[in-house]
Amino acid sequence: MQEAMKECNPSVSSQILRERAGQLLTDGTVARVLAWKKGDLPHNPEPAFFDSAEALRDLTYDAFCGANLSKYMIEASKLEGKTLVFLKPCDTYSFNQLLKENRVDREKAYIIGIGCTGKLSGEKIRSLGIKAIETMEGAEEGMLCPGREDTETEDGRGAILTFQTLYGQKTCAYGDAMLERCHVCKGKEHKIYDELLGQSHDTKDAERFAEVERIEAMSPAERFAYFQSELSKCIRCNACRNVCPACSCRKCVFDSNKFDSAQKANADSFEEKMFHIIRAFHVAGRCTDCGECSRVCPQGIPLHLFNRKFIKDIDTLYGEYQAGDDAESKGPLTSFTFDDAEPGIVAERR
Amino acid sequence: MYKIARENLPALCRAMAAGSELYLPVQKNGQVNFAPWEESVDEAALFTGLETLKTVKSPKDIFFPQSETLYTCKKDGKKLTVEPEAWKDQDFVVFGMKACDLQGLKVLDQVFLSDPVDTFYAARRQHGTIVALGCKEPETSCFCRLFGTDCTEPAADVAVWLTDAFLFWKPLTEKGEALTARLKEDGPLARAGEEDNARVEAEKAATRRIVERLPYSHLSLEGWNGDATDEKFGDPLWEELYKPCLACGTCTFVCPTCQCYDIKDYDTGHGIQRYRCWDSCMYSDFTMMAAANNRTSQMQRFRQRFMHKLVYFPANNDGMYSCVGCGRCVDKCPASLNIVKVIKAFAAGEKATAAKADGPALEKAADKGGEK
Repeated sequence: MQEAMKECNPSVSSQILRERAGQLLTDGTVARVLAWKKGDLPHNPEPAFFDSAEALRDLTYDAFCGANLSKYMIEASKLEGKTLVFLKPCDTYSFNQLLKENRVDREKAYIIGIGCTGKLSGEKIRSLGIKAIETMEGAEEGMLCPGREDTETEDGRGAILTFQTLYGQKTCAYGDAMLERCHVCKGKEHKIYDELLGQSHDTKDAERFAEVERIEAMSPAERFAYFQSELSKCIRCNACRNVCPACSCRKCVFDSNKFDSAQKANADSFEEKMFHIIRAFHVAGRCTDCGECSRVCPQGIPLHLFNRKFIKDIDTLYGEYQAGDDAESKGPLTSFTFDDAEPGIVAERR
Repeated sequence: MYKIARENLPALCRAMAAGSELYLPVQKNGQVNFAPWEESVDEAALFTGLETLKTVKSPKDIFFPQSETLYTCKKDGKKLTVEPEAWKDQDFVVFGMKACDLQGLKVLDQVFLSDPVDTFYAARRQHGTIVALGCKEPETSCFCRLFGTDCTEPAADVAVWLTDAFLFWKPLTEKGEALTARLKEDGPLARAGEEDNARVEAEKAATRRIVERLPYSHLSLEGWNGDATDEKFGDPLWEELYKPCLACGTCTFVCPTCQCYDIKDYDTGHGIQRYRCWDSCMYSDFTMMAAANNRTSQMQRFRQRFMHKLVYFPANNDGMYSCVGCGRCVDKCPASLNIVKVIKAFAAGEKATAAKADGPALEKAADKGGEK
């Protein structure tokens, strides 16, 4: 089986990325590279810019490179020369959306669409009782993921990750450690790129709107209680907003000292709802469902559910729409047709 | 030392809560944080809470809440009244703090209990009795040892250790003795014997052995001290290190020592509530003044946080660092940045940057202040 894995391993290794980035830096196509840098623990690579072939030795790409690099391209677009950015299939939706909103400059970007076989969540691994990880096997990109014939297990949860921890060897199924977003994978297709490297694997094994439907089915009182209990965990750290590619305002209304909406404190114990609901409205029709908000929330609030509810409603009222599918078309909320839903739909749908 | 059987822990909590407020780590919606004891806390949530190494937020908000009213002004016709918010005047117990968080409180004490004393904080410190839990199974993100903390010996009012069968209880201060006396009256505590002592010591030794093997335990803080401002401030490394920073406040809000706050007014319609709330040096309006802001780039804000922890704070507090090595920022930063990576990057770049160490002198004067 080890042999079989090697043969049909669709992985795009860190080494391949380093080599290609090195070529593009050396021949002057790009002035810098935006990728991920090796962490100091097995599971904490960080987004990073590289501006020399020498620096590229720290470039890494593995199953913990979940961070969506699209938003960093706003700043990179202001710099001299092109920036090489590595985008996973789902990241390209965010880039397209930013392009549509004129927040990034296509001419300043050299996009390599890289293969993705599902990304892992450190939090999920910890919640499975696996901690103090010293080394692990299986996190190399493309080595193991659900749905691959050569590494599949009977239960469909993907192959087994093996961790050497300070408290002994631990294992878990790849599928049980994946980020939520990968369970509802948008597919293998890169929506915008200059070239492609590596293969992707569709890791979808859940219905995208199942959780939204579960909440829709609640009574209003139950629903309120659910959101109150989740949102009252919020510490107003703004991580969800700051990581969000759709939140690209230069000055957020919640940072303005001209209103009582400044971000730092809640007027009452459930005032966080204001922040989150307003944010969800603001990104409605523009949110690509990249899942970064939920990935970064230190309190584990399933923030993506708000956005996904809006997406589901837009699909129902205006026809299926995926933000970031292209960089040109007008979104349903920013265009008008005579067939648009009337405001009265709110009463009908109650 | 005393002991209580593990299955009687809910009874112990009820007994502690009977005489005073009780705060302890509780699991709610998947996250463990300190919260007031409620009779409805089920046993599973209680044990999960006590067995969780690190709460998401540090327990500092029991003493220094994320948001608190300082006073209220009311306008009634021509009559204007100002009502100061009452200080804490009831005793309370905090159960399950860890050694790193206790060290965090010592840092806060330096800030809030030195002249001029912060009366709100002082009142809470005065009325709080802390029962702290020795750590078991530390994480790779832990580095309290670097700051001289022994996570198996939490020096609180009472130190406790949890084993498979018992909770062991050792009062260390007068406050701790008083709480112990009260709990002995109510019954749940029994005297521990010699073999119990040996058992606890063995567990502590096992944990210490793990601590020695933690990847960050043997970092070096060489070069980080109160005199390092000139050397560190202008280092070009900061320009590299800050770049992935999202400018969110996660690191500051989960940190047990970040103590900066903002003061704001909430318009009640017929007056104002003046409150203070945690602020973050990562935020663009941090220390905003009438004229402008003295830190205008994220690089400066990022640098401020680490310089404060490792240089400015020791400069003003007899060498005490204001990082305690709890590792919450290591676990929680959305961009996987943290103080350890900063320390390591400087160690690696020390030689390379030594030649440039006299860097730009600009901004230094404005940024040197450190504390707010």
